[in-house]
Amino acid sequence: MQSHGGPAGVQAEFDLSLATPEDVVNRIALSRARANRRFRLIFGLTWLVLVGGLVLALWFIGKIDTAFIATWSPLILTAVPLTLFVSVASIILAVAFALVGALGRLSRNPIIYGIATLYVSIVRGTPLIVQIFFVYLALPQFGIVIDPIPSGILALGFNYGAYLTEIFRAGVEAIPRGQREAAAALGMQERDIMRRVILPQAIRIVTPAIGNDFISMTKDSALVSLVGIQEVFWNAQNAGNQTFRNFEALTIAAAIYWLMTIVLSLGQERLEKRMAESDVRV
Amino acid sequence: MDNTVPVSADLHDPFAKPGALTPSGAEPIVRTVDLQKFYGSNHVLKGVTLEVYPRETICLIGKSGSGKSTLLRCINFLEEPTVGFIEVDGVRVASDPLRSRSRAHQEQIRQIRLRAQMVFQEFNLFPHMKVIDNLIEGPIRVKGQSRDQAIATAEKYLAKVGLAEKRDEYPGRLSGGQKQRVAIARALTMEPKVLLFDEPTSALDPTLVGEVINVMEELAHEGATMIVVTHEMAFAREAADRVYFIEGGQFVEAGPPEQVIESPKDPRTREFLARTFGKAHVPSADTDSAPTAPADEAARAAQIHLKSQWSPGGQGTTSYGPVDHRNEPD
Repeated sequence: MQSHGGPAGVQAEFDLSLATPEDVVNRIALSRARANRRFRLIFGLTWLVLVGGLVLALWFIGKIDTAFIATWSPLILTAVPLTLFVSVASIILAVAFALVGALGRLSRNPIIYGIATLYVSIVRGTPLIVQIFFVYLALPQFGIVIDPIPSGILALGFNYGAYLTEIFRAGVEAIPRGQREAAAALGMQERDIMRRVILPQAIRIVTPAIGNDFISMTKDSALVSLVGIQEVFWNAQNAGNQTFRNFEALTIAAAIYWLMTIVLSLGQERLEKRMAESDVRV
Repeated sequence: MDNTVPVSADLHDPFAKPGALTPSGAEPIVRTVDLQKFYGSNHVLKGVTLEVYPRETICLIGKSGSGKSTLLRCINFLEEPTVGFIEVDGVRVASDPLRSRSRAHQEQIRQIRLRAQMVFQEFNLFPHMKVIDNLIEGPIRVKGQSRDQAIATAEKYLAKVGLAEKRDEYPGRLSGGQKQRVAIARALTMEPKVLLFDEPTSALDPTLVGEVINVMEELAHEGATMIVVTHEMAFAREAADRVYFIEGGQFVEAGPPEQVIESPKDPRTREFLARTFGKAHVPSADTDSAPTAPADEAARAAQIHLKSQWSPGGQGTTSYGPVDHRNEPD
């Protein structure tokens, strides 16, 4: 009864005897959980009202052609694998460019450093759309003719590679100096230090950034429709042009991209969480 | 080899003498001759000549910024000395700061590093590798050992530091003391002639210092040749054959620990020890000439000493942390 101590006056004013510390801890946990559930419920409802309301409103105004959606959605959806393929191929190419680019940006050799820096500067200093057209339309003047899909992948990979180059470089520079010193003190040579000690840790650091860029890539891949790759956006535009139902067609395309990025973001969140919890990252 | 310079007799370490365990007449296994190091215009080492004999344990003590860590890092060329040369187990390398990246010089440095392994204040284990992989990386990549051979050696030394059961753990799961013991095992697995310790307990939580010191004392008593930069006076007293006090980039005093720590002759050594032990330590030699540090200064120094033990946190700190010693010369 007297376990909480304190003067008798306090005991009289607040009935402390009823609550053991364990009770209080339990009650705090319960109320936290309840607040969390409430937050998530209201969040979900807000989205439902906003999105659902918008759809319903359009429906009631009669401005939305449901028959069109029913007919064309599946057709536009068939392009999702191509969009994903272009994105995956481009991000892989971008990572390859970035790895080489970052090593170049870290090189003490002025020629290699110069080439890598020029690459980053030109790519970051010109519009992506210009680069895409350049690969597809300008290179043929030099006898280099590349099919639409490879040229789209090449342009996207080249472009994203430059941005990732700087991220990779920062990743390498973020590895504490002690790691390099420890490897050097063992007697390891420069090449082994980079390959065995620095890069594996740097790649781990930049993995979330690669994920972010991949999500961006799925959206930017819409640009390659302009060189005739029949991916999601190309299909939607095609449908809209044929039927003069651009609103529906573009809405379908937007919805598809949105859903793709949501799914990818969830995947990335999970990946990041797993990496944060893994033994390796401490 | 035009880098090989004969050691002139007058550059012998005036403080050096073969330790009790060394048969007289033995050659020093580590020798630095007139070592000088500049960081820009900052003269950090002002001509250090040191001779260490096989099976000796040498402790380098001094204030932070005195040059003791720089000296240690020069021995295995983590810092290229500006002038002077270094000899480890018969491999003699002159400093060559203008061509430090040349292939020939790098190969010489590699020969030194094969013989002198370092244990760092911040452990510097590879966080992406299991303990066992941390240990076999050097033997496989540097000594060209087979994996099986390297693993056998590694397991032996892991058991020696008492961490056999942590073989497949990642460093991030270990306490600071365990990390440092793994780091010691990593150095031992290279089977070097000399072990260099750079403040091996300074990043540890005070409760974890003991386990690392125990391993080091065991090594010292088994006759490993060790050069230890440390603030642990108890270790120096217990395990060192000779203690060197360094200040302003020069040796000020050297000798057996009972002489340097218990009855220092030089006023600078006395002042340093007084600060290290706080006011409780009364220099035993002629007190009248000893410059007693002002009380507040001594208190501040004691605090700094305490802080250096607590921060930057042995436990839970990882090599990923933002701790950056890049600009500290010591």
